[in-house]
Amino acid sequence: MWIKGGRLIDPANNRDEIADILIRDGRIEGIYPTAGTVPKGEEVIDAQGMWVLPGLIDMHAHVREPGFEYKEDIESAGRAAAAGGVTTVVCMANTDPVNDNPSVTQYIIRKAARVSRVRILPVGAITVGLEGKVLAEMGLMREAGCVAVSDDGRPVEDASIMRRALEYASTFSLPVISHCEDRNLAGSGVMNEGPLSSKLGLPGIPAVAEEIMVSRDVLLSGYTRVPIHVTHISTKGSLEIISRAKQQGIRVTCDVTPHHLLLTEECVKAYDTNTKMNPPLREASDRQALIEGIRMNLVDCIASDHAPHARDEKDLDFDLAPFGMIGLQTLLPSLMKIHLEHDIDFPQLLACVTRNPARVLGLEGGTLSPGARADMVIFDPTAAWSLTEEMICSKSKNTPFIGQAFTGKVVRTFVEGTEVYPAD
Amino acid sequence: MNWPHKDLIGIEELTSEEIYTILDMTKSFKEISKREIKKVPTLRGKTVVLLFYEPSTRTRLSFELAAKRLSADTTALSASGSSFAKGETIMDAAQNVMAMAPDCIVIRYPYAGLVKKLAETLPCSIINAGDGYHEHPTQALLDMYSMREQLGTLEGLHVAIVGDILHSRVARSNVYGLKKVGAHVTLVAPKTLLPPGVDTWGVNVATALDPIVPEADVIMMLRVQKERIHEQYFPDEREYSYFYGLNKKRVERMKPGAVIMHPGPMNRGVEITYDAADSARSIILNQVENGVAVRMTLLYLSLGGNVNVD
Repeated sequence: MWIKGGRLIDPANNRDEIADILIRDGRIEGIYPTAGTVPKGEEVIDAQGMWVLPGLIDMHAHVREPGFEYKEDIESAGRAAAAGGVTTVVCMANTDPVNDNPSVTQYIIRKAARVSRVRILPVGAITVGLEGKVLAEMGLMREAGCVAVSDDGRPVEDASIMRRALEYASTFSLPVISHCEDRNLAGSGVMNEGPLSSKLGLPGIPAVAEEIMVSRDVLLSGYTRVPIHVTHISTKGSLEIISRAKQQGIRVTCDVTPHHLLLTEECVKAYDTNTKMNPPLREASDRQALIEGIRMNLVDCIASDHAPHARDEKDLDFDLAPFGMIGLQTLLPSLMKIHLEHDIDFPQLLACVTRNPARVLGLEGGTLSPGARADMVIFDPTAAWSLTEEMICSKSKNTPFIGQAFTGKVVRTFVEGTEVYPAD
Repeated sequence: MNWPHKDLIGIEELTSEEIYTILDMTKSFKEISKREIKKVPTLRGKTVVLLFYEPSTRTRLSFELAAKRLSADTTALSASGSSFAKGETIMDAAQNVMAMAPDCIVIRYPYAGLVKKLAETLPCSIINAGDGYHEHPTQALLDMYSMREQLGTLEGLHVAIVGDILHSRVARSNVYGLKKVGAHVTLVAPKTLLPPGVDTWGVNVATALDPIVPEADVIMMLRVQKERIHEQYFPDEREYSYFYGLNKKRVERMKPGAVIMHPGPMNRGVEITYDAADSARSIILNQVENGVAVRMTLLYLSLGGNVNVD
């Protein structure tokens, strides 16, 4: 398969040029000047005016299977991912049963091999049942195919358990992903704490509930000399802590979500529960700091925190509805929006969903290097469109982006050279 | 002139002229409750549904009497006796109520947001009788009416609101209203009971009650929400009442003519002592009396009555 005349953007190789790319046996065979002749009999895809990108790695998603298939399952998440240019989905452990043992890991991997269009890579729990008490079987889960461990959604409270988790996980070279939240400080909060939460009459989650745990985890990482990845940071203060830690040589990395880069707490004003997430949407100054964090390479990755919830669950009072929004399908279009609204180089944003998550998690992929697996996206950077509920491939439709205009659309997605989007 | 609002969600949305219109009209409605036959035919044929998803004595009774004295048909539904307890969503419940064609729904609800959504979705008038920590507009209006009745004016009054500001919709609505009519507000509470961002509210904030006592024209005590004590906002009731309770000694230090208010229900012995609650300065029962009249005005205006100021 010969993809002709597209703009190849590959942050892993600092490549950004118009070129042709040849795919053979699911791998990238080579990259050639576009003037050259196409070998006879080769299938040609005309990519003129298009961008050809490495398939995205979404390092934080909730696929909900097993246990919550009414919200989402491996097949539907895979379809949503493919439609969003995501070829690798890293899925969190808060399923039912929790992915805290190799049997659940194997179930996810086997099911994904059977039904998913994209690669699904499970994250194992840090502690049994996400209860924060007993370490889960990290070594066995690693052998079964987990790529990291995390107690996402129910962060480890006990600092001593977290310390042991870091040390033990590093024994098996398992990256540790930390959702930083002091649950006592967060209390019954449902949005960012500040003047707006007081005005709306909604209980708040203070920034310090996140920052205090970012501090703890960064200190533990420095002390144990084990790298840590802090997921979905949302405040200026968290970024400052991480920035200082990086300067001190602590091996801390972090990601932010597209919604924290695009939205602020102002969106909560209409009490739309699709704007209720954890961490909550923050103030404009926080959003600006996160954007600067990307510009300055302090933010390593961008991840969707795809969190599907059924309509009847979200159709409750703001105080009572569950946290989260979907984001797999809008990941790449959101990056384009960030690029256009905040004037950040697109290749720099692309690195946050390709090269960087591959490095943080030690994964193959996220690149268009010759010899690499042909996980790719063809993206039309000028197509204008608006998100409608009907377009959403996920089983759940909980996103505040419905009705929003986007520029740039995924045209085709390939996993190991096989087209997975559009569906035939 | 027609009243421009279908609904009353909060004082935030009213202008000072509109607040004064309500207060001015309330005077004539108050007179009705003093008659031997306490009923006028103004709202005959109108239906007012009272949906109370939180316990309430005063507000519910007050709205019901207000509607009845205007000859509206009323029916009241509370959370325990409704299908809400069976898991029906409140939106469904409200739409079912709407299908029975009420002209007005008065609603009290434990969370912020719903009342606003109902107002946007349903064609009938929605009157907020208290939603979560958001607003309680009729309480603020009856409070302002009572202050004006007792003290002659609102402009330039110094009103101290004391207690659990953090969880108080009454405080929020009063702050919006009192600022609009030109009164000065001081919120008094320990820091744990002050809302985040209170410094942006444009009012004075004090953590000590004693210096405020001789300054205020009105001291409004808020109920200490006993059910929240487990969250450790203050050590215990003894310490709370020592620093923030209104007692005989403090009442004696009040300005001549200054009054004591409380939206109820009171915790006698905690935020207010018997002496204070029953003192000559207390206008707590006037507040209740005025509540009926204010709600008559609002029902009348919301259900299409003409603005009529003499």
